[in-house]
Amino acid sequence: MPAKPRIRLPQTARIGEVIEVKTLVAHAMEIGNRRGSDGNTIQRLLLHTFEATFAGKEVFRANLHTGTAANPFISFFMKVLGPGEFEFTWTEDGGAKITERQPLNVT
Amino acid sequence: MNSSRKRICAAALVVGLSLTAAAEAQQSGDAIERELETYRSMLKADPWSNPGMLDVDRGEALWKTPAGPKNVSLEGCDLGLGAGKVDGAFARLPRYFADGDRVMDVETRILWCMEKLQGFDRLKLITRPHPAAGMPVRDLGGIATFVASRSNGQPFKAAFTEPREREALALGETLFYRRSGPMDFACSTCHADSGKRIRLQALPVFSKPEEARNSVGQWPAYRVSTAHVMTTQHRIYDCLWQMRLPEVELGSEVSVALISYLVKQAEGGEINVPGIKR
Amino acid sequence: MARDAEMTDRRAVIVGLSAMATSAGWANPAAAQTGPSDIGAVLKTLVGDAVPVEGRIALDLPEIAENGNTVPYAIRVDSPMTDAQYVKAVHLLAPANPLPRVASFFFTPQSGKASVASRMRLAQTQEVLAIAAMSDGTFYMHKRPIKVTVGGCGG
Repeated sequence: MPAKPRIRLPQTARIGEVIEVKTLVAHAMEIGNRRGSDGNTIQRLLLHTFEATFAGKEVFRANLHTGTAANPFISFFMKVLGPGEFEFTWTEDGGAKITERQPLNVT
Repeated sequence: MNSSRKRICAAALVVGLSLTAAAEAQQSGDAIERELETYRSMLKADPWSNPGMLDVDRGEALWKTPAGPKNVSLEGCDLGLGAGKVDGAFARLPRYFADGDRVMDVETRILWCMEKLQGFDRLKLITRPHPAAGMPVRDLGGIATFVASRSNGQPFKAAFTEPREREALALGETLFYRRSGPMDFACSTCHADSGKRIRLQALPVFSKPEEARNSVGQWPAYRVSTAHVMTTQHRIYDCLWQMRLPEVELGSEVSVALISYLVKQAEGGEINVPGIKR
Repeated sequence: MARDAEMTDRRAVIVGLSAMATSAGWANPAAAQTGPSDIGAVLKTLVGDAVPVEGRIALDLPEIAENGNTVPYAIRVDSPMTDAQYVKAVHLLAPANPLPRVASFFFTPQSGKASVASRMRLAQTQEVLAIAAMSDGTFYMHKRPIKVTVGGCGG
């Protein structure tokens, strides 16, 4: 059973405030040049893209490459323009996606 | 950049790379430790972002989800404070459990519950139980990390009053100091004298309670070098492997005895898991 | 000053970095890798023919990484982050890695701050390089050296 990604948002936010959003996802981020215990090369498998939308609009995006460490931690900022829900999507080599949603409590 | 400067830059880089380790060793140990402290504190700065927390979350889900041939959750598992009571249980382990008539640490106890309550095959659980580099900790270890985290902020307070508990403690201390194997190592070879290190890694002196108190409470710990959580049983396994001693089995009397000794040395020290380490 | 003139000469930056890459033995990585491995080619994809100027970027990095497998970092770019003037992207490169790209981060005027934190892998001691692409088409860059050590048996 893989772990759900961790999302950290402030408990509440005011319109106009710039908030910090933290994300943490479990993934080996295999770079494709390690050898397993059987001596064979472990195939490359990365989460290559991270997208964050808020109220349906993209607010932040990242392309992750081999230089990104396993279990990627990404923290970024957003100016609160109104109420809404965050949707976070991590896309793996091959197209599989991990998605998490979390609403933001805007006062 | 003209070609001679390019050559000097390239040469300096190559020389710098090969001398880095030797140069650091010759540099004052304090100066290096200070620079390493920046790295360590940056990793520890935000406990929320410790990748080991993903295993705590996973372990909690595993604790609560019915599983195994008997399709029950582990919420009926008695960790010493009553069935399903998780908070504070890790702080009081290892301890004697009458139902198994033996002393168990947290992983041994979870192994017991996974076998007896959920019907899992014990042999499968103790065969290759620890993750390879790059692989996440397995379910048993994930559950142990979750359970341990529910004692965060509490001091180690295993009682060691029961006769079998005292035996485990005595055995652990004996093993800690007993030299054996082809390298004639004991735990004490590395962990009973100040100022010892392996390459750049300073070694905690477990024979000194004040150092044990600072160190033991960080395990299970997320290790960045292997990108997974290493549990205490895994840590012991890996030490003994490096000492060229026979493989220690998960939940064996030897493993529980050594953990008992470490926990006793760390008595009163604060639990703060998962740690985050090289 | 001579050094500033060198820094603004993109060819000098690429030649210098290529020299580092060659001396580190990573100029021709295994065929299993994908994407441009030559730092010059990577820079061309990111900035085209533009000349990045040193400045505006702050890089939070430890001086020594006890283990190169996970190295925490934060990048902050000085910008008003308005609709008219904002940071479009920040790219982090580790030129002495088998493949130099670490990550690229894309902001919008709604970002509030052009600031991001994450963790990278470093194959060896090197200078990491950050490049910021601004909405007006200009590019900024900043370099920081970091030593990467191999630790002990892991405690």
